[in-house]
Amino acid sequence: MKETPLIPEGVKRCSKWQFSLWMAAATAVLLWGVYAMFLIWYKGLNQTNMNDAYGFALWIWADLAVIALGGGAFFSGFLTYIIAKDELKNIINFAVIIGFICYSSALLILAIDIGQPLRGWFIFWHANVHSMLTEVAFCLSCYFAVLTIEFIPLILENPRISQKPFWHHLSHNMHGIMAVFAATGVFLSFFHQGSLGGVAGVLFGRPFAYREHIFIWPWTFFLFTWSAAACGPCFTILVTWITEKITRKKLVKDNVIELLAKISGWMILTYIIAKSIDTLYWAFVTAPDRGFTLMDFYASPTYNIGILFAEIILCGFVPGLILITRKGRENKFLLMTAVVLAVVGVSLNRWVMVLQVMAVPMFSFDDWYTYVPSWQEVATTVLPVAYGIIVISLAHRYLPVFPQEKELNPID
Amino acid sequence: MFPFCFEWAWDMSHMVFMGGLWYALGIIGAGLTFAIVKSIFDSTGGGHGDHDDLGHH
Repeated sequence: MKETPLIPEGVKRCSKWQFSLWMAAATAVLLWGVYAMFLIWYKGLNQTNMNDAYGFALWIWADLAVIALGGGAFFSGFLTYIIAKDELKNIINFAVIIGFICYSSALLILAIDIGQPLRGWFIFWHANVHSMLTEVAFCLSCYFAVLTIEFIPLILENPRISQKPFWHHLSHNMHGIMAVFAATGVFLSFFHQGSLGGVAGVLFGRPFAYREHIFIWPWTFFLFTWSAAACGPCFTILVTWITEKITRKKLVKDNVIELLAKISGWMILTYIIAKSIDTLYWAFVTAPDRGFTLMDFYASPTYNIGILFAEIILCGFVPGLILITRKGRENKFLLMTAVVLAVVGVSLNRWVMVLQVMAVPMFSFDDWYTYVPSWQEVATTVLPVAYGIIVISLAHRYLPVFPQEKELNPID
Repeated sequence: MFPFCFEWAWDMSHMVFMGGLWYALGIIGAGLTFAIVKSIFDSTGGGHGDHDDLGHH
């Protein structure tokens, strides 16, 4: 009996030795991160350069950044299954994989950051129901379960697995009710993305972060959800483009990318207008009420006013305006420039809302706090990148991730 | 946390937070159970789905 191949039918993949070499390089980086991770678990958080001023540091920035960038999964899922944008079915699998990688990475970083991962379940059992971070932990864990459920049918479509009737039917049945999971994912994402922003906005002792509220929610709650929905799809487009360059194949048709880019562009533009209004109100009303001027927050050589310009104009209005115009989307250079700027912009926003919040002096006798991460922190932050490369490589090689791949790359 | 835990209190915070968690877990669990049970029926010949053609494999 002829054995069913592992690689999907009708697509071409690189040779086994090429793939092994590629995976070995990624695994080497992964092992470096794993070594640092065990060092931290074994010796404790003294392996980091966190201190009394920086209780939140590189890991929390990485956490917030990957969660924002992974927002492409929930927003693409919302557009595909709830709004019924059928073209996006050609990229939703990849968006889910990227989301799965981002959220599993976020949970891994949290497991390192809490120092005692064996007590991670305490947050569910001894929940502090007055903390926004409790809501984040709940929604993050539940949404990771949703992403895993969305990823499973794709794994079950591997030719070798799919020949077993039960797995074949399970894949089909899970696809059938995917809208329910996607809707649950949107609900969970709205709240955890928002609460991550809310954590900064409620810090009334830190005027750099504090914002006005609507009921119990500070403005940052809505801005974080909005920015994740706006810039997450850009990260999906960016990783798709990188995958196409590495595999030297076209994997998704231009009209699909351009539709996602157009929606993302409008989301970015509306987000950055709301962000600008929020910044102006904060700069001219909220901060002066607490005895600060705008320039007090940008008086450091590292955190100067240029960072605000970069976040709002360069990485906000510029990509938004490029992506809403047809010419901008159809020009590959402009499209990718806008996509990179949007990804940098949302990562920069999370940096500012975590690291700059910690750096700004709170009293007149304080100086700017400084922090340089230890190599263990850097290694454990690079770890998810290597892990992501490995998961994407395996998924692309063995699973039918891109429905248009066969049509775009016919085998003679 | 469940209502029988000593830390539990019947206040709005506990009901909203924990209710939200159970609600989400309930939907995920029910959806997954439905898919698994239906797949068992379909693969043992009990189902009437039009997707039991495994010919392409």
